[in-house]
Amino acid sequence: MAHAAFFVVAAIAVVAALGLVLRRNAIHGALFLVVNLGAIAVLYQTLGAEFLAWAQVIVYAGAIMVLFVFAIMVLIPGKEETGPDPRRAWRLLALPAGALLFLQLIFVVRGARGGAGSGAPSVGGGVESIAGLLFTRYLFPFELTSVLLLAAMVGVLLLARRRV
Amino acid sequence: MVPESYYVGLSAILFTIGVVGVVIRRNPLVMFMSIELMLNAANLALVAFGRRVGNADGQAVVFFVMAVAAAEVAVGLAIIVAIFRLRRRLSVDDLSLMRW
Repeated sequence: MAHAAFFVVAAIAVVAALGLVLRRNAIHGALFLVVNLGAIAVLYQTLGAEFLAWAQVIVYAGAIMVLFVFAIMVLIPGKEETGPDPRRAWRLLALPAGALLFLQLIFVVRGARGGAGSGAPSVGGGVESIAGLLFTRYLFPFELTSVLLLAAMVGVLLLARRRV
Repeated sequence: MVPESYYVGLSAILFTIGVVGVVIRRNPLVMFMSIELMLNAANLALVAFGRRVGNADGQAVVFFVMAVAAAEVAVGLAIIVAIFRLRRRLSVDDLSLMRW
């Protein structure tokens, strides 16, 4: 049962990812990416990471994708990537290179051993355990994150300002 | 319970699709979304490995990745908007100024 559910969600994620890469229309790609992010949120839930599942929905599928859709609508008036591709042959090299990369990744992962084994002691994925880590062991990176977000905000304001 | 290796395999598939997307597409926005795809694949692998090891550290790292991704998307889209204002076109092939 759990396996069947995993494979259904995984298939949805892969198909949505392929849709993002293969569809010409950028807005279709953005909507496919939303589907993919939702599927990954479901997978987080099945892995026991409840907090991350909701953060994924709110931050990625919510905030970041809205930003993308806005940018697409502002920037792309009509069709995009029109005209023949002058570097088509080079771009098609991406397919064998991607296959090679995939084999490499699988090879590396299969070679990895160790860990505590799949006894899987129930690690809490709720807000409590994450917050416990964030405010103790990862307190300094956590504070740095706020500085990073502030810097990003100021930088965006500077970049998006209309020169007068 | 589904073994972690399935999740990691799915993560590898999604990461590869993201890499191919960055290479074959010409639209910087779609390339950006492919980068998001890669980040998510890495996040999925982190959470899966975290469950295997049995602590929540992997999930804390994913939290940081999400925050950095949010900042990255904001800055990246601002740069794309600025370039579009300058050039009136949106294709990465036009942007060869900083290429050797």
